[in-house]
Amino acid sequence: MQVTMIVNDVEVTREIEGRLLLVHFLRDTLSLTGTHWGCDTSNCGTCVVWLDGEPVKSCTVLAAMADGHEVRTVEGLAKGGELDPIQEGFMQCHGLQCGFCTPGMMMTCRALLDKNPDPTDAEIREAISGQICRCTGYSTIVRSVRWASVHEAAAAVNQ
Amino acid sequence: MQVPAPFEYERATSVDQAIGLLERLGNSARLVAGGHSLLPMMKLRLANFEYLIDINPLHAELGYIRFEADEVRIGAMTRHRELLESDELAAAFPIFRDAERVIADPVVRNRGTLGGSLCQADPSEDLSAVCTTLDASCVIRGPGGAERVVGMEEFHVGPYETAVGDGEMLIEVRLPVRKQGGSAYEKVERRAGDWAVVSAGAAVWLAPDGTIADARVGLAAVGPNTTGIPEISAALWGNTPAEELYEQAGAIAARSCDPATDQRGSEDYKRHLADELTRRTLRKAVERARS
Repeated sequence: MQVTMIVNDVEVTREIEGRLLLVHFLRDTLSLTGTHWGCDTSNCGTCVVWLDGEPVKSCTVLAAMADGHEVRTVEGLAKGGELDPIQEGFMQCHGLQCGFCTPGMMMTCRALLDKNPDPTDAEIREAISGQICRCTGYSTIVRSVRWASVHEAAAAVNQ
Repeated sequence: MQVPAPFEYERATSVDQAIGLLERLGNSARLVAGGHSLLPMMKLRLANFEYLIDINPLHAELGYIRFEADEVRIGAMTRHRELLESDELAAAFPIFRDAERVIADPVVRNRGTLGGSLCQADPSEDLSAVCTTLDASCVIRGPGGAERVVGMEEFHVGPYETAVGDGEMLIEVRLPVRKQGGSAYEKVERRAGDWAVVSAGAAVWLAPDGTIADARVGLAAVGPNTTGIPEISAALWGNTPAEELYEQAGAIAARSCDPATDQRGSEDYKRHLADELTRRTLRKAVERARS
């Protein structure tokens, strides 16, 4: 079957099998390997991408379900060569160690800040409760999101 | 790599078109909503279908929470996140927010649906226990727009089996609204977002004199079905809420359920939880009914 969707602002059309999962469509068909593929059981959250602006676990969504919709991956976070504040925060506050969970964490946390620009630590932890960092670096992930929140607020004031 | 066996993907464009497809394709076809129960089963090849009919496009038609004079109507495609975030639903039935907070995780809740949860009919599934507690009715539509309404006891035929037949679709859940009600849900899980070791829901309606006009308890993960326990309701009717009464209800819950020892816990531990969670939810439901 043929699917057409917008991935990171670019329209793509491909011929796929109905059973193809969105994570494999992104990684193998479109070569967008920033989205990681982990547990395969919707537990670990490293495969999180946005479907119409909502974080979803792409190992448990069919590529066909995204037909006619908009997908955003970690490759679509930076704008015009400038890192998103979430990415900057992860860099500044050591939000990643091995980096395996990072794309999913950043996609979920970006969506959190879009809805709730000033989340508490508890709200950040709740938002990423379906995602696993096996380096157990949760404290620095929370700090990274706080960094992005504070810097976005400051940037908004300066404008 | 886990992938489902090959199937033909079909996309629903309306409820009646989806029912038409189901009618034509028979039991070789299955509806998929959020997919967070069905796709993992298909990946493990525990479920195999020739056709999968994607009803996500029906969210506009079946994703709603409507408040009528004497009942709340929720469309089958209403997603967990929408159920969690609805302040009106939390005001009418706080049990929904209690349960939704502990169902999977926020990202999964963006996809999973009420109808999908009920139709999966997993004995440890939380919303089935919630709907049982609230005495919900399920609206099932069949060919030619024919609709039938069944209660939860009838809806759940057995584990992974419901009253929804070939060529039929669950489209709506109706929850009766009665005066001075309160409800609550408690779940014990091994880790955040896991299936329940045991969970319990309770709903209580008070009479003007403060006695219990009606009460219902629904349990999950302690038997093949999450049916209510009529003996508990009978024990509570007409009585003034009190700690001894909750103890009595908890004891009935512990002896009426049918848990099995598995990796989540022993049978004894689960009976203990059924007792304790029944007491806690009844206590909280009464507090909420009074406020």
